[in-house]
Amino acid sequence: MLHVESIVKSFDGFLAVNGATLKVEKGDVVAVIGPNGAGKTTLFNLISGQLPPTAGNIWFKDENIAGLASHRVCRKGISRSYQVVNIFHRLTVFENVQVAVLSHHRKTFNIFKPAKIMAVKETRKTLDSVGLLDKAEMISGTLSHGDQKVLEIGIALGNRPELLILDEPTAGMSPEETAVTLRLMQRLSGDMGLTILFCEHDMGMVFSIANQIMVMQHGGTIIQGSPDEVRSNQLVREAYLGGADECSV
Amino acid sequence: MFKALFDAKTLISCSVLLALLLLLPQFLPRFYIYLFALMFAIALLATSLNLVLGFGGMYQFHHAVFYGFGAYAFALFVTKSGLPLWIGYVIAPFCSAALGLVMGLITVRLHQLYFGMLQISLGSLVWAITYRWYSFTGGDDGIHGIPLPDLVGSSTGAYYFNLIVVVTCLLLMYMIVNSPFGRIFQGIRDNPERCQAVGVNVQKQQLTGQVLAAFFAGVAGTLFVTVEGSVFPDLMFWTLSLEILIMCLLGGWFIFLGPALGAAIIISLRTFAGIYTEYWTLILGIVLMLLIFFLPEGVLGLFLKKADPAAKREG
Repeated sequence: MLHVESIVKSFDGFLAVNGATLKVEKGDVVAVIGPNGAGKTTLFNLISGQLPPTAGNIWFKDENIAGLASHRVCRKGISRSYQVVNIFHRLTVFENVQVAVLSHHRKTFNIFKPAKIMAVKETRKTLDSVGLLDKAEMISGTLSHGDQKVLEIGIALGNRPELLILDEPTAGMSPEETAVTLRLMQRLSGDMGLTILFCEHDMGMVFSIANQIMVMQHGGTIIQGSPDEVRSNQLVREAYLGGADECSV
Repeated sequence: MFKALFDAKTLISCSVLLALLLLLPQFLPRFYIYLFALMFAIALLATSLNLVLGFGGMYQFHHAVFYGFGAYAFALFVTKSGLPLWIGYVIAPFCSAALGLVMGLITVRLHQLYFGMLQISLGSLVWAITYRWYSFTGGDDGIHGIPLPDLVGSSTGAYYFNLIVVVTCLLLMYMIVNSPFGRIFQGIRDNPERCQAVGVNVQKQQLTGQVLAAFFAGVAGTLFVTVEGSVFPDLMFWTLSLEILIMCLLGGWFIFLGPALGAAIIISLRTFAGIYTEYWTLILGIVLMLLIFFLPEGVLGLFLKKADPAAKREG
C-alpha cells in the first residue's frame, strides 16, 4: 500500500532523513521506533506532505506522492495525527471532527447551507468510535490533554483514511489514558480494518500492537521486520534498545 | 434551514431591534437619521472585515481599500455612464470583489503579518493612484454632488435603503459564517496547518474569503455614497482600515454582531466627543487601552457573557 524508497530530507545540509525505506501493506499495524532525533517525525512529515523530500520516492497505491501538498496527500487517503496537540481550539469537539468530514465530502466551498445540519450522523459516529461523543459540545481547548490527543485521532478519522498515521499517539498521557488509546488503536485496526503507521517511545505499546516494526537511526532504516525479528536483531540492540532488558516486554 | 440558523431568543431580539430601527425615523431629527444611515454603512463595513479577521484569522490590515474602491466605482458609474442607477449598485460590489481577487492572488501566498503588510502596500498603491489621477477620479478633491434620486437620496430614503441593504447583507454573511465554508474558515483561523492536513486547500479558501469580504465592503462603499453623495481618497486610506479594525476589537471580533456594535460606538464617540474636542482620538486611545486590558472579548462579548454565563461560543 505504502512504499517509501530511499527518502532523503536535508535542512541546509543537515540530513534529518537519510535514505530511509519503509513498507506498509494493507491491514498492517506498523511502528516506527528510534531514539530522539532519529528522523521519525520528519519521515511522517514527508509522507503526509508537510515537507517536500530532497530526494527519493513515496509510492502510495502505485502512485508517487512525494512532494504533493498535504491537502492533496490527504485526499489520496492518508490522514495523520500530531505529536503535539494540533486541534481547532476555539471550535467544539463536534466541529473539530466535522471540519475533516466536510472536507472529505468536498463541501468546503458550500456557503449557504447551515453546517449545523450537515454530516451530523457521520461526525457523531466518528466521535462515538473514539469515545468522545459525550463531550461533543465542549470547546475543544478546554478538554484534558488526554482527550485532546484522542480528538487528534478523531479528526484524522473524519477523512475516512485508508492509511492512518499517528505521531506518538500516547505522548504525555497517563498510564490509564495510554491503555485507552491502545485499545482504541486495536479496535481501529481490528474492527475497522484500518492500516496504521505510528511512532512511539513506549516499547510495551509498540510490541503489543505492531505486526511490523521499522527501526530508524541517524535518518536511515536499520531494519524492518516482525517484532521477533527486531527483538533478536543485533544491530538494533546495539543501536537503540541497549540490551535485552528493554525489549523483553 | 431557518431553524438551524437562529434560535428563538436570537430571532426575537433581532426582530425587536429591526422593528425599532424601522420606526426610528418617525421620531428622530434629520441629523440623527443621517447619522444612523452612515452607521449602517460602517457597521456593514466592519462586519465584512470581521468575516476574514475574526472568523478567518486573516490579518486584513487594509480592508478600507475595498470599501473606497466600491464607493468610487459606484460614484464613477453614476457620474460618467448615464446608465440606470441600480446597475451601479450591482456592479460596484463586483468591482471591489475583483480587486479582492487580484490583491488576494498576490497576498494569500504569505502568512499573517507578511500578508497584512503586503496588503497595506498594495492597498496604498490603489490609494495613491486614486489620489493623483485628477482627470478620472478627481484626485484629492474626490467627486462631489453625485446625483441620486430622492427615493435613496433624501435622508429618510437613504436611511431605509441602507437599513434594508445592510440587513440583507448581514443575513447573507451570517449564513456564510455558519455554512461549511464558514466552519472550515474558522478551522483555518484556529490552525491552518491542521486544516491543510485534513484536505483543505487553505490558500484557495482564504482567497474566496477575501473576495467575499471585499464584495460586502464594496456594498458598504455604495451605501456611503448614498448617504454622503460624495467620494474622496480618504475612503481608502490606511487610517480608516485601522479604525474599522478597532471597531471589530471593540465590539467583539468572535461574535457576529460585535463589529457592528463597535462601529456604532466609535461613530457616536467621534460625533459627540468631536463636538467638544478635536482630540477625540485621545479618548479613543484610552478606551482602547482599557479594552485590551479588561475586555479582550469586546463589549458584546462581555454583554453576552453576563446575559448567559453558559454561552461559550460565537454565532
